[in-house]
Amino acid sequence: MISRRNFCKKSLLMAGGLAIPLSALELFDPKRLLAEKPDGKKTRWVFLVDTHKCVGCGFCVKGCKTENEVPYDANVTRTWVERYVITKDGQTHIDSPKGARDGFETSQIDIGEGKFEDIKNEEIDKAFFVPKLCNQCDNPPCVQVCPVGATYQTADGVVLVDRSWCIGCGYCIMGCPYGVRFFHPIFHVAEKCNFCYHRISKGMQTACVDACAFGARRVGNIRDPNDPVTKVIMTERVNVLKEEYGTTPQVFYLGLTKEVK
Amino acid sequence: MVHGEAWTLKEFFTYPNEYIYWTIQIVMYPFMTGLVAGAFVLSSLYHVFGVKELKGIARFSLVFSFALLPVAMLPLMLHLQQPQRGIEVMMTPHFTSAIAAFGIVFSTYGMIVASELWFVYRKHFVEEALKLRAIEERSLGEHLAHLLFSALTLGAMDISEHALEADERAVKKLAAAGIPVACFLHGYAGFIFGSVKANALWMTPLMPVIFICSAVVSGIALCMLTYIITMEIRKLLAARKKHLYPELPSPEELKSAEVHVVTMTAKYLVIFLVAAITLELLDLIFRGYTAMKSWDILRNVIYHRDFVNIFVIQYGMGNLLPFIIFLTPGLTVRRAALGSSLVLLGVFMMRWNVVIGGQAFSSSLSGFMHYVMPVWPDSVETFKEGLFGALTVAIVPFVLFWLINKVMPVFKDTH
Repeated sequence: MISRRNFCKKSLLMAGGLAIPLSALELFDPKRLLAEKPDGKKTRWVFLVDTHKCVGCGFCVKGCKTENEVPYDANVTRTWVERYVITKDGQTHIDSPKGARDGFETSQIDIGEGKFEDIKNEEIDKAFFVPKLCNQCDNPPCVQVCPVGATYQTADGVVLVDRSWCIGCGYCIMGCPYGVRFFHPIFHVAEKCNFCYHRISKGMQTACVDACAFGARRVGNIRDPNDPVTKVIMTERVNVLKEEYGTTPQVFYLGLTKEVK
Repeated sequence: MVHGEAWTLKEFFTYPNEYIYWTIQIVMYPFMTGLVAGAFVLSSLYHVFGVKELKGIARFSLVFSFALLPVAMLPLMLHLQQPQRGIEVMMTPHFTSAIAAFGIVFSTYGMIVASELWFVYRKHFVEEALKLRAIEERSLGEHLAHLLFSALTLGAMDISEHALEADERAVKKLAAAGIPVACFLHGYAGFIFGSVKANALWMTPLMPVIFICSAVVSGIALCMLTYIITMEIRKLLAARKKHLYPELPSPEELKSAEVHVVTMTAKYLVIFLVAAITLELLDLIFRGYTAMKSWDILRNVIYHRDFVNIFVIQYGMGNLLPFIIFLTPGLTVRRAALGSSLVLLGVFMMRWNVVIGGQAFSSSLSGFMHYVMPVWPDSVETFKEGLFGALTVAIVPFVLFWLINKVMPVFKDTH
């Protein structure tokens, strides 16, 4: 006959013993484990620029400025187009007047301080356009250096700025090797391209992609193997800008050459 | 207008968003923190290492370091686009950023200097409080002074021999703890620049060490210069008041004390100056020798565009000339004053050449930017980031020093 004292003791022991595997179920929640795995994400936004297709019309810059409320006449822009002219003497001439907002209206190269350089057609070896925008780096130096955490990376890889939190120290602007950041002329906080996050997260294209009539710009999800952008990146010879800084940029270029800065 | 556009001239290819974003205030920031750290190290040489010859200047430089401390923050506040959120650096620090350490290092350092000062001046506070308490009918001014000094004693009224010895031990410990913190305060200012991998001129692990050495140099130079000026004023006053207060030291006594202190301080100045120049030249030679991708444009900036700023003003007038001045035998006070002013100019130009020089070229390495410092302000922005903003920052520590000197007289023991 089991005593009352022993009965209580044993039942407590059993309850405790049963609780252990139950707690283990909680500890090793497979769903949470999957969520915590770094490669468990379903979306990672990337960009693909085909420099062969860019004609330097500047519609992307116009579209971006209008969409993202960057004052039209301010000499800052979230995206821009650079013109490269390489002459027979080996010189590289680069310009991007007003970020190419109005395209390239003259064949003269803008060399700053209101001066222009004439280049004769017969002197030119090759010339091309390179659109630029934020590289939404995997290892973003701007996020690293922000002293208050006002700029941060979303789970799907886009780097955003919290306008209500930025103190405007400019450290992120200094830390970006690509020069994509600036102070917004109205909000007086750090500003940058965010792949039109408000659009892509609703299944739309970025403003610049929509504005490009030549298909030079494309945005995609590299985690989706069926995404046409992913297919190009996986199968063709693409390159990125300034890889040596260890930022792991996520804007991929087709037709990038050594002259591109 | 876009921030930075008012004072930036661009030449050849620069990215559209590139401007000189860090201007004169960011030159003032490391310059001022350097002075803070340097002044503290100078005072610690006496308190910790027992360099007796520096006794005359030790207390002076400690108080001066305290007066400079709040001013180290001023240029940062003037430079922020959202200064009202500046406090968030301390409230919500994001620790992967070098700037986020500011709040911790700055307040630790402030507390160390404040407590060291308290131990140094406790006797004075108690004496003043007791003296004022003894007055029966206190005027409003005396009443306020009594309140202030009583509060400053923090209730510790014991000024027996034994208690004062304990104070001195505490000063020594605090001064010892303060040296690494002072070096960290400034070394990390160097780290802020040295860790920016996007900037070819800034990125070097030597930057924090270079900053610390030049900080000590500038701190010593400023203390020496201010010391000489205050001593000159005291000599004038002593000569005028001689018949009124015969117990005051005579101008001759003051002069001999001054020469002695200045000669000793100059020795330490030269030692740190050698260390600073060695590191700076090592950095320059290393860059030229390794000739990385960025060297082409750096060479253009260093040897061509900024040649006068770097080699004539910084190295020539700011380093070489003071060397000759200090090392020629028979140092006089007047020569020491000239030498330390030149050293200050040299260190200021070093900060300028780092901060402005680092932005003199585009990160595309294909173009240049030129900073035209706004002189006459036409907006709040051109005031803050122009000559007058910088002058404000430069003047405030002297005003503070004058105010603090009322409560903590630096020359009390000779009064």
